[in-house]
Amino acid sequence: MFYREAGDFKTSYRDDGQTFPIRLDRWGYYAVLAVAFLVVPFVIDSYWANAVLVPFLIYAIAAIGLNILTGYAGQVSLGTGGFMAVGAYAVYKLMTAFPGVPIVIHIVLAGAITAIVGVLFGLPSLRIKGFYLAVATLAAQFFLVWLFNKVPWFYNYSASGQITAPERTILGWAVTGPATTASAKYLICLTFAVVLAWIARNLTRGMVGRKWMAIRDMDIAAEIIGVNPLTAKLSAFAVSSFFVGIAGALLFSVYLGAAEASEAFGINKSFLVLFMIIIGGLGSIFGSFAGAAFLVLLPVLLKNLLVVQLGWPTDLAAHIELMIVGALIIFFLIVEPHGLARLWALTKEKLRLWPFPH
Amino acid sequence: MQDGYTTPDGRQIGPVLLDLKNITLRFGGVEAIKNISFDIREGEIRAIIGPNGAGKSSMLNVISGFYVPQEGEIWFKGHRRGPMKPYEVARLGLARTFQNIALFDGMSVLDNIMTGRMNMMKASLFSQALWWGKAEREETANREQVEKIIDFLEIQNIRKTPVGRLPYGLKKRVELARALAAEPRILLLDEPMAGMNVEEKEDMCRFILDVNDEFGTTIALIEHDMGVVMDLSDRVVVMDYGRKIGDGTPDEVRNNPEVISAYLGVAHE
Amino acid sequence: MEFLYASEVLVNGLMAGVMYSLVALGFVLIYKASGVFNYAQGVMALFAAMTLVGIMEGRVPFAHMINAAFGVHVENFGWTVPGLLAILLTALVMVGLAIAIEKLVLKHLVGQEPIILFMATIGLAWFLEGLGDVMWGADVKVLDVGLPQGISETVETVTNNWLGYGFFIDRLDIWAAVIAAVLVAALVGFSQYTKQGRAMRAVADDHQAALSVGISLQFIWIMVWSIAGFVALVAGIMWGTKSGVQFSLSLIALKALPVLMLGGFTSIPGAIVGGLIIGMGEKLFEYFVGPMVGGATENWFAYVLALIFLVFRPQGLFGERIIERV
Repeated sequence: MFYREAGDFKTSYRDDGQTFPIRLDRWGYYAVLAVAFLVVPFVIDSYWANAVLVPFLIYAIAAIGLNILTGYAGQVSLGTGGFMAVGAYAVYKLMTAFPGVPIVIHIVLAGAITAIVGVLFGLPSLRIKGFYLAVATLAAQFFLVWLFNKVPWFYNYSASGQITAPERTILGWAVTGPATTASAKYLICLTFAVVLAWIARNLTRGMVGRKWMAIRDMDIAAEIIGVNPLTAKLSAFAVSSFFVGIAGALLFSVYLGAAEASEAFGINKSFLVLFMIIIGGLGSIFGSFAGAAFLVLLPVLLKNLLVVQLGWPTDLAAHIELMIVGALIIFFLIVEPHGLARLWALTKEKLRLWPFPH
Repeated sequence: MQDGYTTPDGRQIGPVLLDLKNITLRFGGVEAIKNISFDIREGEIRAIIGPNGAGKSSMLNVISGFYVPQEGEIWFKGHRRGPMKPYEVARLGLARTFQNIALFDGMSVLDNIMTGRMNMMKASLFSQALWWGKAEREETANREQVEKIIDFLEIQNIRKTPVGRLPYGLKKRVELARALAAEPRILLLDEPMAGMNVEEKEDMCRFILDVNDEFGTTIALIEHDMGVVMDLSDRVVVMDYGRKIGDGTPDEVRNNPEVISAYLGVAHE
Repeated sequence: MEFLYASEVLVNGLMAGVMYSLVALGFVLIYKASGVFNYAQGVMALFAAMTLVGIMEGRVPFAHMINAAFGVHVENFGWTVPGLLAILLTALVMVGLAIAIEKLVLKHLVGQEPIILFMATIGLAWFLEGLGDVMWGADVKVLDVGLPQGISETVETVTNNWLGYGFFIDRLDIWAAVIAAVLVAALVGFSQYTKQGRAMRAVADDHQAALSVGISLQFIWIMVWSIAGFVALVAGIMWGTKSGVQFSLSLIALKALPVLMLGGFTSIPGAIVGGLIIGMGEKLFEYFVGPMVGGATENWFAYVLALIFLVFRPQGLFGERIIERV
C-alpha cells in the first residue's frame, strides 16, 4: 500500500534503467545518504566509529570488490587479504615517498596498483575454473603476504617490520595518523564507499556487467555469442582488485594506522570478506553492505552479550563466534544462497502487495 | 546459379555468403565430420538434417568457431577465414542459438537480449563506470533496438523476468531474440523446435520466416522435424555418419534414393 | 658433501610429503565419492587430534563454557585413557561427526554447484575449529600415543658407514611413511575389491545412476566421511605428535590443496605423487633459493608451483581430460 510501483510510469528507457526505478526506493536512498552525511558525523563518537561504522564501510568496499569478481563474474577468489595488503603497502609507499600529494590521490593510486597485481594473478583464470581457481588465488594470498614480510623496501626498513601511517590532511582535517577525529575517519570512508558503490552499480547495470554475468552463468555460450573471455575475466579481476586495494589502503591508513602483513592481511581476511558476500548476497551491491554490516556487528554484539553481560572470558566468546559464523555460512548456503539481499527483495515484494496480498 | 536464384515463392537469393570446403573434424580417432562441402547463400534458409549422431551439431560448432576442423577451409563473404576464436566469429556477424538452451539464468530477459548487442557497444570502461557520455547514449540507443525485437517476438510482458523462471518455449524465444539482437548476417539455429508442442512450433516457424522476410537474414538451421524442414527451407543438406549424402531443394532431397534409405527409412511413396 | 646434504634435505622433504599425501588422500576420497571438495579436512585432523588428547587426558568436554556459565570449576574427570582405546573412541566420534555432517549439511545441498559445496565446507571448517576450541580449550596440547620419536640412530649409523655421512631422519617420519603406505594400500584394496568400495566408485561416477541401481547415497556418504575422518585422525596423530596439537595443524589442509591440484582431484596415486613432489620441492627450494630471498618460502612455494603447473595442464598429473561441449 505504502510501498508500491503502480502509477510510477517511465517515459524513457533512460528512466527505466536507473539505479532505483521505484520512487520510494529513491527517496529512501536519499534520506539514508542525508542522514549519513549530515547527521551522523556530528553525533559519532570514537567507539561507534572504531568498533562499528569505519570497519563496516571499509569492509563494504572490499565486499563490493569481491562481489564483482565472485558474485558477478563467477570467479571465486581466496586472495582478498593479499590484495588488501597490496593496497595498504602501496598507499604506505606513496604516502612516504610523495608527502606533498593529496592522500585521496594516493588511495586511488593504491587501488590502481592493486588492480595491476590483480590482473597478473587473474591470468590463470583463463585456463582454470571453479575451485581450482579458488585454490590458485591462495598462491596470491601467501606469496604477497610473504613478499611484504620479507622485502624490507616495502616497509621502509623499519625495525619492527610494521608500516605506520604518517599524518595526512584533507582541507586541514587530519584523516590519517593519531590525531584523526572519529568523524574525519568516518567521513572519508563514507565518501569512498558511496562513490565506489555508485561506480559498481553503474558497471554492473551496463554492458561490462552483462559480460561478467554471462561468463558466470555459462562461459562457453558467452564466448560463442561474442564475449571475449580474456577481457571479461581480466576486467573483473582489475575492477575487483581496484576496490579491494582501496579497502586495504583505507584499512591501513585510516582505520588501523599501523599494520603488519601477516597479521592484518592473513588468510582469515580473505575468508571474512568471502563470508560477507555469501551472507549478504552474491551478485548484489546492497548485499555487500548488508554482509559487511552483519559480520562487523556480530562480534560486537556477541562480545556485549557474552563478555560484558555474562562475564565470560573473551577467548571463549571468540571461539563461539567462529562456530556461529561457520554455522551461519552453511545455513545461508542451504536456505538462501542469495543471502540477505534476497531476503530484503522478498520483503519488498511482499510489501508491494501489502495489505492486499491477492 | 553463380549469382543466386529465385525461389518458387519468388524470393531472390543472393551470392554465396558462407562456403565450407572439404571440412573434416576429428575427436581423437573418431571422425565426426568427413570431408563435407556445402555453401550458404545470402538470404536463403538452409537446413542441415540427419539422424542422431550424424554430426549436425558438430557442423554448427565448426561454423561458429567452437570446434576447429583438422582439414578444410571456411570462406566468408569471399575471404578465407583463418583460425578464429568463437567470439571473433561472432563479431563477423554470426549469431546462434543452442540445442540445450544456453541463456544466462541469473539475468533478466532484457539483459539477456542486450548481451546480443555487445558488439555494437564500444563505450570505455571509464565511461561505463561513471554512466556518463557514450555509455549512457549507447545504452539508450541499443535498448530501443532491443525493444523492437521484443515487440517483434511478442515477449513484452516478460521483459524484466529472470530467465530462470521462464517455461521452455519462452526460453527458446528469448534465445532467438538474443541472437537477433546481434543483427547477424547469418543466423544459426540448433534445433529451434526441439521439445516444443505443435502450437509453439507453429509460432517458431512463423518467427523464422518473418526474420528471413523482414530483415533479410540468412538462416542456417538444424532440425529433426522433417515436415517443418521441408516446408521452411530453400535448400537442404543431409548428413549421415559424418558424411554428406544429399544436398538440394527439399524436392530433390526427398527423391534422393540414398537419403531415403539412410534417413527416411523405406519407400516414402 | 654438498650433494649428500642436499639428498638429506630431499629425504626429509619426502617424509614431509608423506604427511601431505595423507591429508590429500582424505580430500580425494571425499571428492571422488561425493563431488565435495572438503576444505574442512585439515580442521577435521585438528579436531580429531584435540579429541584424542582430550579423551586420553580425561578432560571434561566444554569445561571452559560450563565453568563460565555456571561459575563452577571443572577441568578433568580425574582419569586417563590408554592410547589405543582413546584412538578407538576418537574414531567413533569421527563417525558421529560424519553422520552429523551428512544429516545437517550434505543432505540439504544435493545437486548444488560444486563451488557452493566448497564454500559450505569452509563454513564447516570454521564451525569445527570453534567447536574444537570450545570443547577442549585452545591451548597447545602435547600428544603422545607411544609412537617412537627422535633421530633414528640406525639410519644415521648405516648411512655413515655406507656414505661417510650420517643422515638425520626422525623416526616418527619413518613411521608416518610406513603407516601412510599401509593406509593407502588398505584404501585402494577397499575401493577396488569390496562391495562397498564398488558402490562408492559408482556414486562418484553418477549420483542418479547409483541411486537407480539401489545404492544408498546416504550410507555411502556417511561411510566416506567416516573414512575421511579416520584418515584425518591418522594425520592428526602424526602431525600432533610431531609439533603439538594447535591451530597451525589445520593449516596442513592448505598445504594439501596444491598437492591435489598437482595430482588431480580424483586420483589416489596422484595424491601420493603430488604430495611427494610438493614435499621435496619445497624443501629443496628453501635449501637452494630460500637463503637468497629471505627464507620461509615454504609458505607459498607449493601454491605457486601448482599454479604454474595448472596453467599448462589444467587437469593435473593424473586427472582426466575435460572435454567441453555445448
